[in-house]
Amino acid sequence: MRFLWGKLVHLSLVVVAVTALTFLMLDHVPADIASEVAGQGATSEDIAAVRERLGLNDPLPVRYGRWIAAAVRGDLGNSFASGQPVVEAIRSHLPVTVELIVLAQLFALLLAIPAGVVTAWRAGSPLDRTLGTVAFGFASLPAFALAIGLILVFALRLKWLPATGYTPLTGGIAANLKGFLLPALSIALVEWVPLMRVLRGDMISTLKEDFILLARCKGLPTRQILIGHALRPSCFTLVTVFGMQAASLIGGAVLIELIFSLPGIGRLLVTGIFAQDYPVVQGCVLLIAMAYVGMNFLVDVCYGLLDPRVLKGGR
Amino acid sequence: MGKRGSITFWLAIGWIAVVIVCAITAPWWPVPAPDLIDPDLLATPPCVGHPLGTDTMGRDIAARLLFGARVSIIVGFCAPLVGMVLGSLLGVPAGFYRGRPERLILFILDTLLAFPGLVFLLVFTFVFGASLTTITVALGVLTAPRFARVARANTIRFAEREFVLAARGVGAGDFSIILREILPNVLAPMLIYMLLVIGFVIVAEGGLGFLGLSVPSPAPSWGGMIAGGRDILDQAPHVSLIPTAVMFLTVLSVNLIGDAVRGRLDRREGQL
Amino acid sequence: MTAAFDRHLLVAEDISVHIPSGGGTVRAVDRVSLSLERGKTLALVGESGSGKSMLCRAILGIPPGRAATRGRIIFGERDLAQLPEKELNAIRGREIGVVLQNPMSSLNPVLKVGWQIAEPMLRHLGISLLKARERAVELLGAVGIPRPAERVDCYPHQLSGGMRQRVAIAIALACDPQLLIADEPTTALDVTVQAEILNLLGRLQMERRMAMILVSHDLGVVAGRAHETAVMYAGRIVEQAPTVILFDQMRMRYTRALFDSIPRLDAPSGQPLASIGGQLPDLAAELQGCRFAPRCRRAEDRCFAEEPPLVADGLEDHRFACWFPCEPGISVTPPGPLLPKRIMS
Repeated sequence: MRFLWGKLVHLSLVVVAVTALTFLMLDHVPADIASEVAGQGATSEDIAAVRERLGLNDPLPVRYGRWIAAAVRGDLGNSFASGQPVVEAIRSHLPVTVELIVLAQLFALLLAIPAGVVTAWRAGSPLDRTLGTVAFGFASLPAFALAIGLILVFALRLKWLPATGYTPLTGGIAANLKGFLLPALSIALVEWVPLMRVLRGDMISTLKEDFILLARCKGLPTRQILIGHALRPSCFTLVTVFGMQAASLIGGAVLIELIFSLPGIGRLLVTGIFAQDYPVVQGCVLLIAMAYVGMNFLVDVCYGLLDPRVLKGGR
Repeated sequence: MGKRGSITFWLAIGWIAVVIVCAITAPWWPVPAPDLIDPDLLATPPCVGHPLGTDTMGRDIAARLLFGARVSIIVGFCAPLVGMVLGSLLGVPAGFYRGRPERLILFILDTLLAFPGLVFLLVFTFVFGASLTTITVALGVLTAPRFARVARANTIRFAEREFVLAARGVGAGDFSIILREILPNVLAPMLIYMLLVIGFVIVAEGGLGFLGLSVPSPAPSWGGMIAGGRDILDQAPHVSLIPTAVMFLTVLSVNLIGDAVRGRLDRREGQL
Repeated sequence: MTAAFDRHLLVAEDISVHIPSGGGTVRAVDRVSLSLERGKTLALVGESGSGKSMLCRAILGIPPGRAATRGRIIFGERDLAQLPEKELNAIRGREIGVVLQNPMSSLNPVLKVGWQIAEPMLRHLGISLLKARERAVELLGAVGIPRPAERVDCYPHQLSGGMRQRVAIAIALACDPQLLIADEPTTALDVTVQAEILNLLGRLQMERRMAMILVSHDLGVVAGRAHETAVMYAGRIVEQAPTVILFDQMRMRYTRALFDSIPRLDAPSGQPLASIGGQLPDLAAELQGCRFAPRCRRAEDRCFAEEPPLVADGLEDHRFACWFPCEPGISVTPPGPLLPKRIMS
């Protein structure tokens, strides 16, 4: 377990570094926040008062120290634009993004695992080559282009699903899921490709192992050999890639959130940047960095669950 | 690689060549200027004078594709170069020195990877202004950590080899070993990796263009063109679909070439 | 004929395993016939690459990759070569148990050993999970693992190599098979553990009245442990006899060479270990004559031109394939430390 602790320290330092870097970068944006916040027609005294109130006169390290000290206590400040606490804004936007990520990654796994297993089992067969070609095609499509295509087909032509819009869970699970189907699919159809590729590669080497031969000698049916014996030892790279994908989607699904008008973190972040609403941006960056770090940590924990040798031996 | 494989490979090469030629010769094609607005022909399908139709503002799609190719090609090829240089600067010392410098560089890499790419791109363009150069550099910086990983892994691989030990034996300094022995060997896998990154960068630039954050308007970019047709997808799908198809074919071709080259190299290494 | 089939559990006729490869078809096993009576042990001996393991995999119906098997494999009353995969699966693990060479890699690292033992029982015997677990504990006890009730929940990496091979044996025995195929069961183990495992196999075989195919590259392993021994070279059986007779008079020079390469404790110290010069012929090439001829000191023109048939000379059940065999009178002493402990009936 000790290597997990070392990793945790390293990863917390990464979070500190990322947020500090954000402070530094935002400080160089050529815009006078105080006058923006004070609004039009504000006198120079008003602006000076705003600057004082927001603490913009202090040197950068002092401001960062103040921010991180508050952040540790769970206070990320208030939005410049709306005055709403940033924590509140994140709390209202996060569930949308999380639902999107969960559904997207679920779809991606549902595509990638069967495809990866079958193509590894029948490596070199026409089926393998066909699926490989299909995957290659999807890997060359940006998610936003896929989204456009899906909207055109399923929303505009077939009229099965809404093109855009978000129904909160309170509006009924069915309506809520309907709204998430196309955006989640747009992401999943891109994300499943690397998942399938790494699974196929690892699975091909697993299938050459002696214990697979022994499983065949036991008279087990193919399905049980593939799922029960070969899949789990072949999942390490898959878990790594999966974790990295999920982490990057917290702030990286902006385009999809915009196209489908989903009020998620990505949208909060982009509007924050455009409005120079720095507390919001800082809050989102903190969240994204923590997601990256958290996923990194979770992936290591998953290694332990996948392979009993990891936790005990600490290899 | 069978015969079919090599045919698709040459088709991919052909398409990339066409795109590059188009990017270079964009101003001399017999189509209207890319920012010329024809108010009578809004989002019309292909017709005489507009071989690929017009967009929602009545601008010629073919012309905008030609000029957009310039952005995609320049960003697509130059940003990975920037990333490769930066990545080597970080990755080679990390692999060569190990120990404390390596841990420090790995920490920097983790920080870069955890940093939201979008925030970086947006702030970078805010600070330095949105232009072809800033976008190229910004996307290059974003790909640097990936290159650094490849560079580090390959440096570790070669640092223990006989010729490096031999160079050290005759008294060569670290700097000259890195420059003469390590870099030439690390370069080949880096270039292969670069081929794989080009597709990613073209897609990323498309995403920026989609947000309206690539080259400043009215200069065309493929991503911006796709976004421009979003609202009339039902009535005039060609406004979005044509640039989507062009971008898809380009990224597909780059990926195919990268894959084929890598496969060939892997096989050669396997035979050694 | 029927009487013979009654006595015989396994009769394999003209088995060939052809593996397509870049340089032509590799004939890993070439027209091999053998038979095995119920409850008896047949040893297959030869260098690595001689086709022993391929022959076993052919019998099990799982040749590697795209390899093709030819010939008849009569097991009980069925021809395994003709059975569809599904029916073969019902025989593998149930009527034929297998122990592989390396217990470090033949057990699944992510599954508990108890589950791995229970799996074939759940599959073939249709018993409940609880019952299968109970029997797994019994089996672990039967193969000599102390505290089986605890070990059943261990992962393979928590056990030593010898213990893991015992687990592998328990897996093979789970459904009480009539035939046990042990493919180099001790090669990967410490010398001290080898004898233990071999003795365990012998004891279990007697108790359960199983037939066994014992594969080894080491004639010393076979001595006193097999009723019949077949020596393989380059995909062919080159000499076959009841083990006692074979050790009494080795006719094939290849068998002699194999025998001389057994390390002995009673050899004068400092004497170099005999090894067989040269290497196996390329099995992808068209082979003429005796396959051992290029490495044989006694080889003459005829050996390179004509392949000697596998026939008996004098003793009915001692067959060998050689034009110029060793004199039958030359008797060899079985290796000291591995002297047969009990002469089999």
